[in-house]
Amino acid sequence: MTTGTGNIVAPLPFPTAARRELADGQLRANLRRATHTIRDKRLRVVGEVPDWPALRRSGAAIKDDVLARLPELLEQFEAAATAAGATVHWARDATEACTLVTELVQRTGSTEVVKVKSMATQEIGLNEALAEVGIEAVETDLAELIVQLADDTPSHILVPAIHYNRRQIRDIFASRMPGVDLDKLTDDPPALAEAARRHLRAKFLSAKVAISGANFAVAETGTLVVVESEGNGRMCLTLPETLISVVGVEKLLPTFRDLEVFLQLLPRSSTGERMNPYTSLWTGVTPGDGPQTLHIVLVDNGRTETLADPVGRQALRCIRCSACLNVCPVYERVGGHAYGSVYPGPIGAILSPQMTGPDAGANRTLPYASTLCGACFDACPVRIDIPEVLVHLRQRGVDARRGRPSAERTAMRALAWTMRDRRRYAAALRAARRGAAPLRLVTGARGQVRRLPWPLSAWTASRDAPLPAGRTFRDWWAGRDRTGGEGTGGDRG
Amino acid sequence: MRIALFVTCVNDLVFPATGQAVVRVLERLGHTVEFPVEQSCCGQMHANSGYRAEALPLVRNFVDTFGRYDAVVAPSGSCVAMVRESYPRLAGPDPELAAAVAELAPRVHELSELLVDVLGVTDVGAAFPHRVTYHPTCHGLRMLRLGDRPLRLLRAVRGLDLVELPGAEECCGFGGTFAVKNADVSAAMLADKCAAVCDTGAAYVAAADNSCLAHIGGGLSRRGRSTPGAPRAVHYAEILASTEEEA
Amino acid sequence: MGTVDRSARDEILARIRAVRPDEPVSVPREYRTGPVAGGTVGEPGEAEAAALDGELIELLVDRLVDYRATVRRCAPQDVPGALAELLGEVPTVVVPPGAPVRWLSAYLGRIRRDGDPEPLTVADLDAPGVAVVTGCAVAIAQTGTLLLDGAPDQGRRLLSLVPDHHLCVVRAGQVVGGVPEALARLADPTRPTTLVSGPSATSDIELDRVEGVHGPRRLDVLVVTD
Repeated sequence: MTTGTGNIVAPLPFPTAARRELADGQLRANLRRATHTIRDKRLRVVGEVPDWPALRRSGAAIKDDVLARLPELLEQFEAAATAAGATVHWARDATEACTLVTELVQRTGSTEVVKVKSMATQEIGLNEALAEVGIEAVETDLAELIVQLADDTPSHILVPAIHYNRRQIRDIFASRMPGVDLDKLTDDPPALAEAARRHLRAKFLSAKVAISGANFAVAETGTLVVVESEGNGRMCLTLPETLISVVGVEKLLPTFRDLEVFLQLLPRSSTGERMNPYTSLWTGVTPGDGPQTLHIVLVDNGRTETLADPVGRQALRCIRCSACLNVCPVYERVGGHAYGSVYPGPIGAILSPQMTGPDAGANRTLPYASTLCGACFDACPVRIDIPEVLVHLRQRGVDARRGRPSAERTAMRALAWTMRDRRRYAAALRAARRGAAPLRLVTGARGQVRRLPWPLSAWTASRDAPLPAGRTFRDWWAGRDRTGGEGTGGDRG
Repeated sequence: MRIALFVTCVNDLVFPATGQAVVRVLERLGHTVEFPVEQSCCGQMHANSGYRAEALPLVRNFVDTFGRYDAVVAPSGSCVAMVRESYPRLAGPDPELAAAVAELAPRVHELSELLVDVLGVTDVGAAFPHRVTYHPTCHGLRMLRLGDRPLRLLRAVRGLDLVELPGAEECCGFGGTFAVKNADVSAAMLADKCAAVCDTGAAYVAAADNSCLAHIGGGLSRRGRSTPGAPRAVHYAEILASTEEEA
Repeated sequence: MGTVDRSARDEILARIRAVRPDEPVSVPREYRTGPVAGGTVGEPGEAEAAALDGELIELLVDRLVDYRATVRRCAPQDVPGALAELLGEVPTVVVPPGAPVRWLSAYLGRIRRDGDPEPLTVADLDAPGVAVVTGCAVAIAQTGTLLLDGAPDQGRRLLSLVPDHHLCVVRAGQVVGGVPEALARLADPTRPTTLVSGPSATSDIELDRVEGVHGPRRLDVLVVTD
């Protein structure tokens, strides 16, 4: 099995990276505003679809069906796309995919390509690979353009520049966008959109090569689908002579009709719209209309590794809508950069470590980046039980290190050993209560402790800790049994 | 009906008043409560931290302890969710245990489920003349789908002024070992939750889980050291147990 | 271009075969019979069908207006007048090869038909003051979506993309309730197809929608009803 490579490896442990991001008050304010805006919109448009639960069930099942029949469907897709005039290529990992695409671009003689926003190309680090051989990749999605101009990395699946507010975007455009008209450039969003339009117009109209991803690939017909808002996608998919589409192998749908489910689920889940402004569907090449050369690069890059885990494989249902990021209380506080991978948030926490295997960088810390609050599962249009997979990956991590000494496992074992026997458990409760007794002398009015030793110091760094009560519940119950029921009063307060 | 109380390990040691409150409410309504002393912990911390092997004996102990009762009640949405949602998965590989779990799990109820759904009561005869806001803890909200059951119970309490908590459905940041492993993020979430609670002007913030309340209450207590009058955290069972005499 | 490396393909397929789930999956489709998608049970009578069409059109208009499209309604005989009015002072109008000549019979500006005699160039379409008038294949009421599939009255994809002003003529009979009915109506799903829902827009600044980026910034829809 080959594990995934590319921009899906967290360089720093999540808690360390999160601490760095938490220090940025502006970032927190921007994220809070953006995620709360989109949450309300999503709830409104999902609420008006009475069939939503049925659509989610169908969406999940269609994707599970794809995973069960993946080899056959890939072959069917390849045959249909080839018959329609496309050339289909296969890449085992990020390096192979980048090499393939680079060679395809070089063959056209072009040194500039326009790009439709694509997670697959972010994942494999395509822009970096193209830059190495002197090919400039121009990102045309507004948020990708902002990130590219700022020389930054994406922090969100759908809106890579979600960490910037309008004022910051204005400043980036003002200092980095060649030829920008500073007189007309305000921080009003329509003015910013207008600046992007002017900046990219000439590039669209003259580009010879475009690179895209695909939201869906239909096995039955060989059709690719791109869902977008701005029209930059349509420009790239229509005007250049050559189009190269980089597609993860799990993007397949069995039939054209299956789109009827996903074209309902995706827009409402991602931008909170009934439908996104533009969706393009194309099959191979069409004489006289659009690119006359189409290459499709099917990428594995750790998806097979993910498929091998019976619990974790549900992550491959993901349609990259970002709903889980937008509702995640952890993501809302730290943003996407804390996850280190192009796939941040709850889905990233289960996707990145599975694609790379747990030993890549600090990816093993990602499954712990969650309170298991379950908001992601509720929002997921394809019913990925993210909390279940998070716990499962934690378990895989613990199991993989069974042979090695670990303070945490020793503690967990001791605790379980104590708790599964009534006498040991009762004795431990008494010991805990007695051990806490001296602390009672130093507590405040609320019976709370201000500072505890490591590892509980992590708790008391930002909150007081409650003390074991003067009498455990079972002691109270035992005393009550002796005195015969009610009358022993409570231990309130 | 034989109702067994699963008090939960945290309540047994740190919050016995909550267990006592459950007993008082149910006895006031004329029911008999039993407390099987063989009980210990549901194993949630182990399971959620990835220690399935360590959690399994606790699953067995739970099933052995509570299998014979008509109804089991626990004052914890999180522990009940563990039993109903996670036990089937944990027990899966052991068919005998899985069958015992499947048989028992539907009879395990969070307090508001027992009162509202099984016993058909919303007015438990309580009085609590204070302003209260309610935080629906995540596992009660999204795993058990407790909905407005606790709120219906609280609205029926005499003298209680229930005020809405803005952003109520957002996690408080506790998350078990998350509070220690990702302490900084947890603290950031806690700060927002405490601010929302304080803004309501409530004297108490109630919830269905003492572990989340220990976290929220600890944050409020820390705030209270600088600004006295911060709300106090209280399990809603203790509000339901309060009567006119005490009020 | 025949230099595709088969070894990667064979290896990927082989390893997927080795690890994929072995249980077949059955896909539930309750959404097709649910309260939205299913519509009415049984065949509606003529009067009911007309009322239903009326509701769909109301819904379509509501959705399009929500996207800030300009919507007009007219009877079939009034199409030329309505289009001329919508076009106003626009100096040049582009039409696909199969657009009915009658559509622009009341329009006084310059009309350029794609492919007559030559295909229009990108520069032709990008010139200032150019609008495009097309038909559509089908329209979705619930989502305010127009589907263009390259039929003769819709033309090549770039026609409805490059000009900054797009007018789309929708006949009442082309309006369906939801996404499933619309996809089922497409004559050939392998034709290049574009779904248009309002003028171009972005949600990339603070996740709030702003109209007007690269696609046409003005979308006018003329709904033709009897």
